[in-house]
Amino acid sequence: MRRAIEKVVEGLLTVSGATTSAIILLIVVFLFKEGAGFFRHSNVENGYSLCVSGKNPVYRLSSDEIKKIFDYEIVSWDEVGGESIEIVPFRMGNIMERYSEEELGEDYINLPAKIIEVTKEIPGIILFLPLQYIPDDVSVKKIEDSRIDVSDFFAGTDWIPTATPSPQFGLLPLLLGTLWVGLFAIIIALPLGLGVAIYMAELATPRIRNVLKPMIELLAGIPSVVYGFFGLVVLVPFIQRTLNLPVGETAFAGSIVLAIMSLPTIITVAEDAMRNTPQTVREASLGLGASHWQTIYRVIIPYSLSGISAAVVLGIGRAVGETMAVLMVTGNAAVIPQTLFEPVRTIPATIAAELGEAPAGGAHYNALFVLGCILFIITVVVSISAELISKKRVDS
Amino acid sequence: MLETRKVNFYYGDFHALKEINIKIPANSVTAFIGPSGCGKSTFLRLFNRMNDLIPDTRLTGECLIRGENIYHKSVDVSVLRKKTGMVFQKPNPFPKTIFENVAYGLRVDGISNRSFIADRVEQSLKSAALWDEVKDKLKKSAFELSGGQQQRLCIARALAISPSVILMDEPASALDPISTSKIEDLIHTLKKDYTIVIVTHNMQQAARISDKTGFFMLGELIEYDDTKKIFLNPSKEETQNYITGRFG
Repeated sequence: MRRAIEKVVEGLLTVSGATTSAIILLIVVFLFKEGAGFFRHSNVENGYSLCVSGKNPVYRLSSDEIKKIFDYEIVSWDEVGGESIEIVPFRMGNIMERYSEEELGEDYINLPAKIIEVTKEIPGIILFLPLQYIPDDVSVKKIEDSRIDVSDFFAGTDWIPTATPSPQFGLLPLLLGTLWVGLFAIIIALPLGLGVAIYMAELATPRIRNVLKPMIELLAGIPSVVYGFFGLVVLVPFIQRTLNLPVGETAFAGSIVLAIMSLPTIITVAEDAMRNTPQTVREASLGLGASHWQTIYRVIIPYSLSGISAAVVLGIGRAVGETMAVLMVTGNAAVIPQTLFEPVRTIPATIAAELGEAPAGGAHYNALFVLGCILFIITVVVSISAELISKKRVDS
Repeated sequence: MLETRKVNFYYGDFHALKEINIKIPANSVTAFIGPSGCGKSTFLRLFNRMNDLIPDTRLTGECLIRGENIYHKSVDVSVLRKKTGMVFQKPNPFPKTIFENVAYGLRVDGISNRSFIADRVEQSLKSAALWDEVKDKLKKSAFELSGGQQQRLCIARALAISPSVILMDEPASALDPISTSKIEDLIHTLKKDYTIVIVTHNMQQAARISDKTGFFMLGELIEYDDTKKIFLNPSKEETQNYITGRFG
């Protein structure tokens, strides 16, 4: 009977372990599948196309070129491999201005004919039209659909997912924003966290420790939105006033809030690691005439290094992945950060802010999944490198 | 060399050592035996003030090394500890290379002369009978050594600071018989340069290696005499009972 119960328990544990692993694996697969879908999208808004005159030799445009053309930054066809003719961008609005409603007819029935007409009149024209109005005529040529380019994504410096005709999905401002905020958060949190951990593990009297430790653990339980609120109400105006900035919602504010948020994790994990140093190792060091402080930095810190690097990883993980608080205090401007004192936007904040307005299955939607993949890869890289560091230190 | 006068030691309310008087001669091996919890380890740790680390403890009486009261206010604990090497029950190397483990005591003393350190490390490893086994891998982690080698490394580490006294707290209890006999041989050769005090559970070991033996029970030093006398003709009945295995 007991044997049978043991078998059942064993089986249950195996099944639950296997299911959990399978679910984690499935989530990762789903994330990457949706992310990969992004690079199958056309670089022009879904359901629309770009047309030029039939005589124009240009047949393909990158999304960056499209954006510059419609922003009047590229003004001549010879800049994109055509003849030396002025580029005239035309959207639906321009057509409506040019022709009256009567001329276009009911349900825009005459629109294709008018498009042929205007294309003949203006040889440098480029039209951005819904697919159904594109006339089937030699004088109007469709620009070939090209897919979103991987290098455009990874090296792109603009994140404007709602731009027409060609949405801009440039990763750099978001990636750098994330790393920027995360890096400074860790720079602030690490010395503070390790300092407090050393104090609590080695210097504090048991009484102080018994008060401090639960308080710090309590900090970890506060929801991140509360930290964000605190940052927004207290920190942001303070930074704006003291540093005399145009806006207080900056990377700096985000770093400070993140640093405060990752402190409890860093302190708790590092402190536990240090307290796990065997008493006899401590005594051996003291027995050789080392002072308390020498023992701390020559023996206890090296001994607990793997725990300390775990603390660092968890801290970085929290800093890179944290969404809400950062969303609230960093200003969310998707620009490549130059200094700490300007608004930035992080990857998780972007996902949170934009997923609601991105139509499912569209390029924007898939782009957010790619961001998720990148976040995932960053975390994996950070934990693997920390693992290697701690391993190397023990070996040497 | 080592001497105590009317030493009493308390952990909180617990009276761990009672009125202990002892005189340990220089360049000899003294073994402390007795049942678990009898206070022999506590007594050993008095001589490098390791018990200071335990909160809520109290000492009365005098504890002297070479006639100097080591619990006097003017004594610098870290200087005292440099004069008394300690070897623990379990090998406890630092998470450093073999070389750096032995050099540790010198480094914390502020010595930075490299050739001096290298000489002293070599000398200490030779004294600890470990040099031939590790001379080609001084830069490897100390954790790569076997348990017995780690314990000899810990002895070398203690020797490197040139102590006059070596305190050993059951140094062989976690080792296999071959490693144990190596440690015992080592203790035998070290005796001519150092005063060695060893706590052991193993009575054969005490009989093999020590010149003098002290028998502790319930915080009291029941008998302290030449090892031969203790094992062949003890004057107290408790000692007789313990060494013949009637209790403990």
